[in-house]
This record gives sequence, C-alpha cells and structure tokens, in this order.
Amino acid sequence: MEDKQEAIAAEVDILSSRKQFDIVLPDLGPYTMDFSLSGRYMVAAGRKGHLALLDMKNMDLIKEFQVRETVRDVVFLHNQKLLAAAQKKYVYMYNEKGTEMHCLKEHGAVTKLQFLNKHFLLTSMNKLGQLHFQDITTGIMIGNYRTGLGRSDTMRVNPFNNVVAVGHSGGTVSMWKPTSAAPLVKMLCHQGPLTAMAFHPNGHLMATAGMERKIKIWDLRKYEVVQTLSGHAKTLDFSHKGLLATGTGSFVQILGALNGSSDYSRYMGHSIVKGYQIRNVSFRPYEDVLAIGHSMGWSSILIPGSGEANFDTWVANPFETRKQRNEKEVRSLLDKLPPETIMLDPTKIGSVRPNRKKVKPTKQEKDAELESAVEGAKSRPMKKKTKGRSKPSKVARKKQEIVAMAKKPFLDEQSRDIEMSKKKRKRNEVGEDQLLLQKSLQRFSKKVPS
Amino acid sequence: MKVKVISRSTDEFTRERSQDLQRVFRNFDPNLRSQEKSVEYVRALNAAKLDKIFARPFVGAMDGHIDAVSCMAKNPNHLKGIFSGSMDGDIRLWDLATRRTVCQFPGHQGAVRGLTASTDGRVLVSCGTDSTVRLWNVPIPSLMESDDNEVKPLAVYVCKNAFRAVDHQWDGDLFATAGAQVDIWNHNRSQPVNSFAWGNDTSISVRFNPGEPNILATSSSDRSITIYDLRLSSPARKIIMSNKTNSIAWNPMEPMNFTAANEDSNCYSYDARKLDEAKCVHKDHLSAVMDIDYSPTGREFVTGSYDRTVRIYQYNAGHSREIYHTKRMQRVFCVKFSSDASYVVSGSDDTNLRLWKAKASEQLGVLLPRERKNHEYLEAVKNRYKHLPEVKRIVRHRHLPKPIYKAASLKRIQNDAIRKKDERRRAHSTPGSIPKKQLRKDRILKEVE
Repeated sequence: MEDKQEAIAAEVDILSSRKQFDIVLPDLGPYTMDFSLSGRYMVAAGRKGHLALLDMKNMDLIKEFQVRETVRDVVFLHNQKLLAAAQKKYVYMYNEKGTEMHCLKEHGAVTKLQFLNKHFLLTSMNKLGQLHFQDITTGIMIGNYRTGLGRSDTMRVNPFNNVVAVGHSGGTVSMWKPTSAAPLVKMLCHQGPLTAMAFHPNGHLMATAGMERKIKIWDLRKYEVVQTLSGHAKTLDFSHKGLLATGTGSFVQILGALNGSSDYSRYMGHSIVKGYQIRNVSFRPYEDVLAIGHSMGWSSILIPGSGEANFDTWVANPFETRKQRNEKEVRSLLDKLPPETIMLDPTKIGSVRPNRKKVKPTKQEKDAELESAVEGAKSRPMKKKTKGRSKPSKVARKKQEIVAMAKKPFLDEQSRDIEMSKKKRKRNEVGEDQLLLQKSLQRFSKKVPS
Repeated sequence: MKVKVISRSTDEFTRERSQDLQRVFRNFDPNLRSQEKSVEYVRALNAAKLDKIFARPFVGAMDGHIDAVSCMAKNPNHLKGIFSGSMDGDIRLWDLATRRTVCQFPGHQGAVRGLTASTDGRVLVSCGTDSTVRLWNVPIPSLMESDDNEVKPLAVYVCKNAFRAVDHQWDGDLFATAGAQVDIWNHNRSQPVNSFAWGNDTSISVRFNPGEPNILATSSSDRSITIYDLRLSSPARKIIMSNKTNSIAWNPMEPMNFTAANEDSNCYSYDARKLDEAKCVHKDHLSAVMDIDYSPTGREFVTGSYDRTVRIYQYNAGHSREIYHTKRMQRVFCVKFSSDASYVVSGSDDTNLRLWKAKASEQLGVLLPRERKNHEYLEAVKNRYKHLPEVKRIVRHRHLPKPIYKAASLKRIQNDAIRKKDERRRAHSTPGSIPKKQLRKDRILKEVE
C-alpha cells in the first residue's frame, strides 16, 4: 500500500488533516522528542539547545527556551509539569515554565534518558557507559552500575516489566533492573554496533537495528530471532497497535504484521525532503500520528491504524483537566512501586515458588533413555578408512565398542542404585530385642551381625 | 479509497457544563496497565498500613455504676439499649448512642448476678445474691426522652438460695435461673415450674439454645457443662472438663454449636451432639475467660477475660483476630456483641461499661458509594495478598501493654517446657505407653449420658 501523505490528507476529516505538518527550524537541529503518557503534550529538543513544550491537542506552544548548550535527550517525567534534559555535562530538570528545578550532577554527561513512570525512576546512560537510576520523589540514587560494555546510544524500557534495555556498540543488548549490579540478560543481537531498539507494547517483541544493515525482531519469551529484515535504521519505534516505524536518512518506513500473519512487512513509506537527516521517530500515544525529528525541525505524518483508539481515563487521559491531573499525581504517588518490583517476569509476585526437588525418573523412563542412547550410538556413521582399517570385522568390533561405551553410564547408575537399596535395607533391619527398647536406648543395643 | 484515522473532537470527550460529571472512558486492555500484580501488592501493603493507622476501636466509656459491672443484657427489641447490673445491686438501662443512663431499676439488696430480657423486649428479668428474682417492665422508647426515672419491679420472687445467672428463652415465656439448682420459671407463676439438678454443685451460667427453644446448656462449679432438655424429666448430657467453665454462648447461626469460656484461659467450641471432643480450641487469653458472646452473624465471638483484655475470635480460628485493652480497664466480667454486629460492649471491674467497634479500623458514619467501593476494593486486595510475608506481618502485629506482653511470652515458655518434657517422657518410656494428647480431647475428663 503506497499512500502519499497528500492522498491521505484528502480523504480524512479536517481535524485529522491538521495533524500533518512540518516545522522548519534550520538553526538548532537535529531534533528529538518525547510525548507525555496521554499523547497530549510533546517536548522537542534541538541538539544545539532549543527546548520546546507543546500542547498537541490545541496546537499551541506552551513554552520555548534556549539552554545554550548541547541537548542530547529529553523526557517528560510523570506529567507534563516536569521534564528532564540531558545536556552537555549534566542532566537538568525543568518545569513547564522553563525554570531550572534541579541539576543532577551525579548522572554525568548523559547520552540517553528514560523515565519509569510507575516507579518514578529517572534512568540515564552516560558517556562512560554508566547506568543510573534515580528516584525523583526522594532524590535517592537507587542504582549506579557500570555496564562494562562501552558507550551506548540506545536505551529503552520494556513496557511490560519496566526492565531497562541498553544496546551497545559490540552488538549486545543488556537488560537491567535497578537492584542488581549485573545485567539480567545479555544477548548478542548483531554483528556490528547497535543503532536502535524498540519494544512492542505487550513486551514480548523487541526490534533491534544494527550497523550491518539488518533489523531483527526478537521474541523476548524465548530470546530468539523471529524475523530478520534487511535495511538500515537509525531509529525505531513501536506504536500501540504494534506497527514498527524505522527511520534512516530522509526516509521513514512503517512495518506491520499484516493480514493476520506474525511477520512484519512493509505497511507504508514516507520520505521527507532530501538531505534532511532523521534523528528520531516516535508514535504519538492514542493517535494515528508519527512524529519525525530531523535535522531541519520536526514533522508529523498520519499513519492510519497505528494508535489505540480507546483511551482509559484512569490510565492516561488526553482530555485531563487540572483537577484530574492533580488527583492523578497523588494517586500515582500512593501507588508508587518499589524498585524491587522490576523483574523479568512481574507476574511472579504473589505466586508460589516452584518445587526445587528433582523428580526421580521411573524405570520405564530410564529404559527408554538407555534404548535411545544405544540407537544413537548404532546409527552413528563410520569413517571410511584406508589400509584395511575399514574391514567388516573391524567395523563390527568398533560398533560394539561404541554401543558398550554408550551403555556404560546407565549400567553404572543401575549398579549404584542396587548397592544403595541394599545398604538401606540393612540399616532398617533391627533385631527383636532392639525393637522392644525405648527409642532413647536403641542406640546402645548391639548391632545384629549380618 | 477510504482512510480511517483516529479523530477526537473535544466536545465528545469533555463535559458540556461545569455542573456535569466528568466523562469517564474505560479500556481494560492489559497492555495499557503493565505490572498489575506489583501495583496490587503495593496497594495491599498500603491498605494494611492504613488499617493500622486508623485502628481506633475504643468509642467511649459509660460510667455511672458505683461498683463493678457483673452482668449485661441486650435489649432484643431496641438496638441502642443495653442493660447492666452491678455488684452493689444497681441495674441501669443505657442508651449506646448518647452513652447515658436512661433509667434505673432499684431494688436488689446484694450483687446482681444475672440479667436477661424477653424476646419482645418488654420484660427484664434480674436475679442476684439476695436470693430474689425480679421482673421489670422495660420503659418503651418514647418515654425514654423524659428525665431518668426509676422503675418499680413487676414481681419479686424470693427463694432460699442465691442465684448466679439467668437466661430467657429465645421464643416463649420461660426463663431459667442457675444457682443451687437450675430452675425454669414462667412469667405468670411465682414458683419455678420445673427444677433440675445433677450433682450437688452450684450452676454458674445458663443459656437457652437459639434454635431449639427447649434446650439449654449450663455450666457448674464442679467443672461440668450440662445440656438439659425441658421435655425430658432429667438432664440430657454432661461433660466434665479439667477446669471450670465460666460462661457459655450458642452460635446463633449454627445452633447445634456452642462455645464455652473456660477458667484455663481457653475457649472451647463444641458440637452439642458430639461432646467427646471440642471442635476448636480458641487460645490466646492469659487468664480465666469470664464471659463470651456471639455476634448475630455467627462468624465471630467476643470474650472478656480476667487478664483485662477483650478479644474477638473467628468462630473457627484458634487464635484471636483482635485484642482490645486500655490502661484504665480492669478485669472484664461481661461482654456483649451489639445486635447489628458492629459494636462490642464490655463491663469491667472499674465500674465502667466500654463501647468498642467490632472492626477496629472501620469508618463510622454514612459512607459515600465511592468511599464504600474503595473500602471494598482495598479489603479484596488485602485478602488476595494476605499470605505475603510483608502484608502478613503488618496485619498480625498488635501493640500490647507490657504486663500482657510479658505474660504471653512467659506462657509460651511454659507451654514449650511442658511439651518438651512430654516428648522426653515419651522417648524414655515403653513405646505406646504414653499416647500423644490432643488439646481438643485432653481437657475433657469424662462424658456422662
């Protein structure tokens, strides 16, 4: 389906067609952006120090200010009233009026920022490859870990379990929780450096892109590749409905699992003006809109079928009033999760620990195992050898040896079992006189000679 | 070509006028709410903590008596009325809502030991150590607004022996007194219509069965619990326990079961049809349990003890759900559950009646529907995660006064020592000669038919 944005604009209502626009800001580019949870507010950050806070519903600029130094990344905190920007040396927190609230020096020169809104944790990756977790309600640094895998420019949060995934230049992806100094998972995803990464909203799929012109889709339940696509991607993002946007150069491609298949294939494409370099793509939550941040500003295009149509007032409300927002802030602070609840399988909380005891195999199972081992040994192909070493008699003898070797561990175990049961029986045999004694005196009676 | 995109006009999603309620839209997709279990766990933990913070069970004290409160009776016809009798012969009717005396019933010369009201709530029966049984007309609530007045007895019956307890039939004209023997009286007769005795010892408590109007249970000072049937000429069954039973309460929802408050600091729940073993032993009190009363729901009961505490138990739980104490409350002699199961009244040695909430952290007054829903939700979440160690610890913890805390730990040590000694004795004797004892059976010495 090749839909030009103009063709879409001609078909949709006037309210939606307004969501297509290009903002050209040639001086302070390339831009990156972040949406608030409800998708109503957007913050855009130009690399050269331009920060803009926008209300996307009314299309008005709430605040725009210059910080006059490099801004590498920007995120909203729990609502649009606070935002954090990763600047040249430190991370700064600003309120919606552009007032600097805090300077977080401990994070260092941060390349990527993420915010865990259920835990109120600000997560950062700095130039030295250190991962920081800071609780923004108390200001306590929960975790400060060296990844040991070098500098990294990609970091994403898995929305299912809030585990933080970091992509490294060696092609590995490591997954972290704030309470352990070692990564939960380290997986080699690409041969070259990792350029981008994104998580499906249900948390089961991860998309990664590498320098070696490959985009891979991973199943996080099995940690296996489910699909490898060729192509380059500087930035990736999943929409609420599972569409994957990839951006490289001046071209955006939307992939989707179409027509009921689980494989991702091309859904739409869009090219911006030649020469513009895309830095960031991100879907606007609860809307069919993709925002593209590039070297000359940002643009917004319509991607039909990408957003979740039904929002939940108690989760994220694009039409939130001030009173509702205040109420929600208090509620979310009451329900603030402790950092220990971040784990690979969050459904484990409140469940019973599985039995660690090994189940003894039955006799039939043991026999079947022996059988299969013997079969395997018999069917192993023999090497063709010269100088009479492949004579039928030699081959037969060799085969017998192999079978015997395969049987040996099983026979050993059998004999050991028999020995054990004999010993046990002997221990349980007690003499007549011993039985009559009290329990405390039994140990003094003579052992029955066997 | 048709293209569908999400387009929301503000009018459809916001309220029209400022008086309207805000519009609410729901989407129950689990992908929108991640870490649901963690959130619920945190809510359960917070709810448990809030319950602790809001646990203010003591509502108020009612003073007026000038001697220890010895017995109480609920007015079955009037929710906020309660009668109390004291050791100096004073009987009062209290209004629980205002916590004031409504009227007094003067007449008894010695201690009042038993009080009960008839099912229609018109007649109050009292008895005492002055060997009299007095019947009183209960003033009807409309008259109660007038200044506190004194009531003359309807009838006074004098007998030879002191009385220890009285109870009225749940449905009928009969009432029973316990003393040297168990007497059955009719409202209209000046002499007992029937008398029972089994052994020579004094009966100290009597309770009619709520389901079967002709069955009553008594306990006496020879450590026995006896079950009588008025249709038979002689008592039906009897068990002798190792300690005296101070009071008995039938479960109003399962009328074949009753619970006995024992002198050995435990309560024993019995099935009246099968008295050879207790159904449940309710431990936790540290001294003799003086009185017991079931909630009208039959799911829990309240006990008052000589150790100056009031405890609430589930009907089938071995340990108490709740413990109430104050610095000023002395030995508790009588307890009652209110007829709506939401309050508990205790009468103690310090001449006061005390009013407690049955659920310590319950919010009093009218609840808005949203408030009530929230309470229900938190209760459900707490119930779901009650087995997790952190939640369990907070829910179980009770602050105890130092003497009670120390006595509890001392008792634990003593019990451990007894158990250990028993085990050692068993290990050093012929196998099978010392059988293992069950507490449910151990305290029953004999069952007599």
